[in-house]
Amino acid sequence: MNPLAGIGGAVGALGRRALAGIARLGRATLFIARLVPSLGGAWKRARLIVQQLYMTGVLTFVIILVSGAFVGMILALQGYNTLVRYDAQSSLGLLVALALTRELGPVLTALLFAGRAGSALTAEIGLMKATEQLAGMEMMAVDPLLRVVAPRFWAGWIAVPLLAMIFTAVGIIGAYVVAVAVLGLDGGVFWSQMQAGVSVTNDVIGGLIKSVVFGFVISWIAVFEGYDAKPTSEGVSRATTRTVVSSSLAVLGLDFIMTAFMLRGL
Amino acid sequence: MGRRGQEEAHGVDREPLITVRDVAFSRDGRAIFHDLDLTVMPGRVTVVMGGSGAGKTTLLSLIGGRLVPDAGEIRVAGENVPALSRRQLFALRRRMGMLFQSSALLTDLDVYENVAFPMREHTRLPERLIRDLVLMKLELVGLRGARRLYPAELSGGMARRVALARAIALDPLMVMYDEPFTGLDPISMGVIVKLIRDLNDALGMTSIIVTHDVAEACSIADDIYLLDNGRVSAHGTPAEMQKTTEPAVRQFMAGLPDGPVAFHYPARDYLADLQSAGHA
Ligand SMILES: Nc1ncnc2c1ncn2[C@@H]1O[C@H](COP(=O)(O)OP(=O)(O)OP(=O)(O)O)[C@@H](O)[C@H]1O
Ligand SMILES: [Mg+2]
Repeated sequence: MNPLAGIGGAVGALGRRALAGIARLGRATLFIARLVPSLGGAWKRARLIVQQLYMTGVLTFVIILVSGAFVGMILALQGYNTLVRYDAQSSLGLLVALALTRELGPVLTALLFAGRAGSALTAEIGLMKATEQLAGMEMMAVDPLLRVVAPRFWAGWIAVPLLAMIFTAVGIIGAYVVAVAVLGLDGGVFWSQMQAGVSVTNDVIGGLIKSVVFGFVISWIAVFEGYDAKPTSEGVSRATTRTVVSSSLAVLGLDFIMTAFMLRGL
Repeated sequence: MGRRGQEEAHGVDREPLITVRDVAFSRDGRAIFHDLDLTVMPGRVTVVMGGSGAGKTTLLSLIGGRLVPDAGEIRVAGENVPALSRRQLFALRRRMGMLFQSSALLTDLDVYENVAFPMREHTRLPERLIRDLVLMKLELVGLRGARRLYPAELSGGMARRVALARAIALDPLMVMYDEPFTGLDPISMGVIVKLIRDLNDALGMTSIIVTHDVAEACSIADDIYLLDNGRVSAHGTPAEMQKTTEPAVRQFMAGLPDGPVAFHYPARDYLADLQSAGHA
């Protein structure tokens, strides 16, 4: 084959992938537009949402606790290492709390959630599609969007901010333990500096807004990919991978945008 | 309605339950049906036969309103299916039962809850009554004892019977069966055949069965339609179908590999295909 044909083929393949990506974005938009009217109705069957929330909780709780604790402890060690050079180690509590509430809590929780619960969500819905369970519901006059997708979407959306709060809290406790037990800092100073320096309106609410947005986006991507999956085992496994990749990228991209707006607003 | 001239099967003087008229349907630019006509009379077992890929499942999806035809009319119980709003369609579907080729049981619910599912979704019946109804339906298919098993723990034949119990949970007007006989041992096959017949006659349901099993089809059918090349190629009672002289029908009924019905999916010339190396 001549080299030009090779380049042409590569460009063509690139174009096709780009087109496929744009088409997927379009389908995802249409999907959410169809889902939104079902979202209110899903609360008539709140039991289903609670059930899903419980399932996601079981899936992600431990991983959030453990990661939160470690991230907090690492932050304490690293933060101390830098602060001590300027004799500012009394600000360690503040540093850790700001880093966790503004950034690490929401972002890491979202990434972990996407990998653990988001992928499971896609696989579950995709498998239900592949085994004709969704079609079966349709034929039983049950709307799968209302019965299957909406409760899972809500559960994911609600779970992410809750888990981010837990992550942040556990992280701060982990940092406190390291600061007091390992680094020999004064516990009272750790807390009082944090209390004085963390603003509820900017930092806490800002972090919360981020995790609400992340929860929405991850749940959207996860249920969409499951619903849109090719109804084969290969199709479902690809969709699962796509959920993790796209939602992680979306979380990081959105974090950058939101951070830029929030810092300018300060 | 002035439907005289039409092939009203065997002079039954009632309104058909389902009429499919001049239906055309294509997928990805490939025509699957054109000028498809068929009629299902109430209270009868109508079997639609055709080879793999003839569009049998597609036909059921069209009747159930999951697919919309490109042209033509599909009427079920007096309603024009493609023109219904989603809401009306759901109302109609409550009166249709459907048995999927793959059973389509909900894997996170046990047998009991699967059968109870349509009742819980569509009625406000008290728990006691739901229990009685579920047990009745499961007794009909002989699986009352298996009610705490999960779909993954069922054999293919059992799963199909559970799906059948679920399909008739709300006492529908009609039940559509997609390949109910495939992959069953002779005994389960006999059980299913008898079950379909009994449900049809005792409960006054109308049955539409889609299959490629000639023997079972003939043993159970009141009317047989044969699909070929996107349209009905023959139609009649089992006896009529078996003594027909039409070559395509004979070929299908006798299971002969050679004849007017093509075994191959449309393709270009075999020799040309083999010679053009490197292009799949
Ligand atoms: N989702 C789909 N997208 C595109 N084409 C499809 C799809 N489903 C089915 N087809 C095509 O429609 C045709 C009819 O398919 P259908 O499933 O109705 O066949 P069938 O008669 O039920 O076959 P079988 O006996 O194997 O179940 C086939 O040629 C198939 O390639
Ligand atoms: Mg089929």
